[in-house]
Amino acid sequence: MKIAVSSKGNSLESELDARFGRAACFVFVDPNTMSYEVVENSENLNAPQGAGIQAAKTVADRGAGVVITGNCGPKAYTVLQQADIPVITGVSGRVKDAVEQYKNGELSPSNGPSVDSHWR
Amino acid sequence: MKYRNFKKMIISVASGKGGTGKTTVATSLALSIGGAQLLDCDVEAPNSHLFVRPVFEGEDTVTMPVPRVDEDKCTLCGECEAICQFNAIVTIADTVMTFPELCHGCGGCQAACPAGAIDEGKRTIGTIQHGRSNGLDFVHGRIRIGEAMAPPLIRQVRSRINLDVVAVIDAPPGTSCPVIAAIQDTDFVVLVTEPTPFGLNDLELAVETVKILKIPSGIIINRSDIGDGRVAEYAARENIPVLMEIPYDRKIAEAYSRGEPVVQAFPQWRRRFAGLYEEIEKLVAGRK
Ligand code: SF4
Ligand code: SF4
Repeated sequence: MKIAVSSKGNSLESELDARFGRAACFVFVDPNTMSYEVVENSENLNAPQGAGIQAAKTVADRGAGVVITGNCGPKAYTVLQQADIPVITGVSGRVKDAVEQYKNGELSPSNGPSVDSHWR
Repeated sequence: MKYRNFKKMIISVASGKGGTGKTTVATSLALSIGGAQLLDCDVEAPNSHLFVRPVFEGEDTVTMPVPRVDEDKCTLCGECEAICQFNAIVTIADTVMTFPELCHGCGGCQAACPAGAIDEGKRTIGTIQHGRSNGLDFVHGRIRIGEAMAPPLIRQVRSRINLDVVAVIDAPPGTSCPVIAAIQDTDFVVLVTEPTPFGLNDLELAVETVKILKIPSGIIINRSDIGDGRVAEYAARENIPVLMEIPYDRKIAEAYSRGEPVVQAFPQWRRRFAGLYEEIEKLVAGRK
């Protein structure tokens, strides 16, 4: 299973991006080996609307098993729910630390969107 | 354009922000022309009717098309998602999700679907009411709460324009898409402002919009005695006529708060607004 973390940069050392739909990129991490892959989100960054929907689609298509981010809006949340991907919100710090916290069982999935529509 | 001779003017009343007296001007103008039509296109917060007090004769629901997906026919090919500019339809896991509130009703997905799995559903975006008051024909639209698609509703309100009489449009405040939908292709825009720095700033934005749309315009300065002369200077620089100055008057404010149209409470204002109409007529004729 891969963990998708919204990130401001393209490595494990990068800082987690609090925005899900308009995150700079997603770092997909294999928690067992800590190997990772980066997926740019630049197209969505400037989408006039529905950025969260497309971001959710991106992480689902890339086979994420769980999403770790800062905030997730209602539309992205429904898409992720449809794809059966749990979302963990309210996380900050480095991508690496977020994954470690997840591995240690310190993070639990949220049961709803953490922000209203159009939060940026 | 010759057909214009047969069609009466459409005058829109706009302002860069709310609370400048736009509705007072729109209702006063419409009531002073005689046999005119007033269309309140401020669909987020229509309030002209509070002053005009029409007897409503009918209400219609306005809908927009949205895609409806037949899951049994859908092959999850993703063509619909690929063509949608608005991220309003997306294939995810083993289903197609639609987000009606993002959909612009363009029909692109339906045309693109190779499986014929999409047909046209409807969603309500608002209502239109029409009625009459003192010889005035009145129409207004009201958007459904939480609905973002004001422009299609505004266009529906405008489709009720009676070309045989003069139409006055009360436009939404601001300078965004709904304003453009309300003032586009009108013959003249009356810009209502206050002579304050904020008022001037909003006026400048409104003037830019009007210029892009190439509509002749004039300015009405409301509460003309409270601020400085910078709005008048700006108007002179931009070569936009100041059509009227309305000083702050306690009696006008009181009539307003009672929901009484200024021109009914004060006959001299009816004459002034009738004069305003004549001036606009001349300005528009002079441009042809
Ligand atoms: S009708 Fe147009 S805007 Fe609406 S979902 Fe289909 S393609 Fe997108
Ligand atoms: S285009 Fe038609 S068949 Fe393809 S995913 Fe969309 S609804 Fe399904």
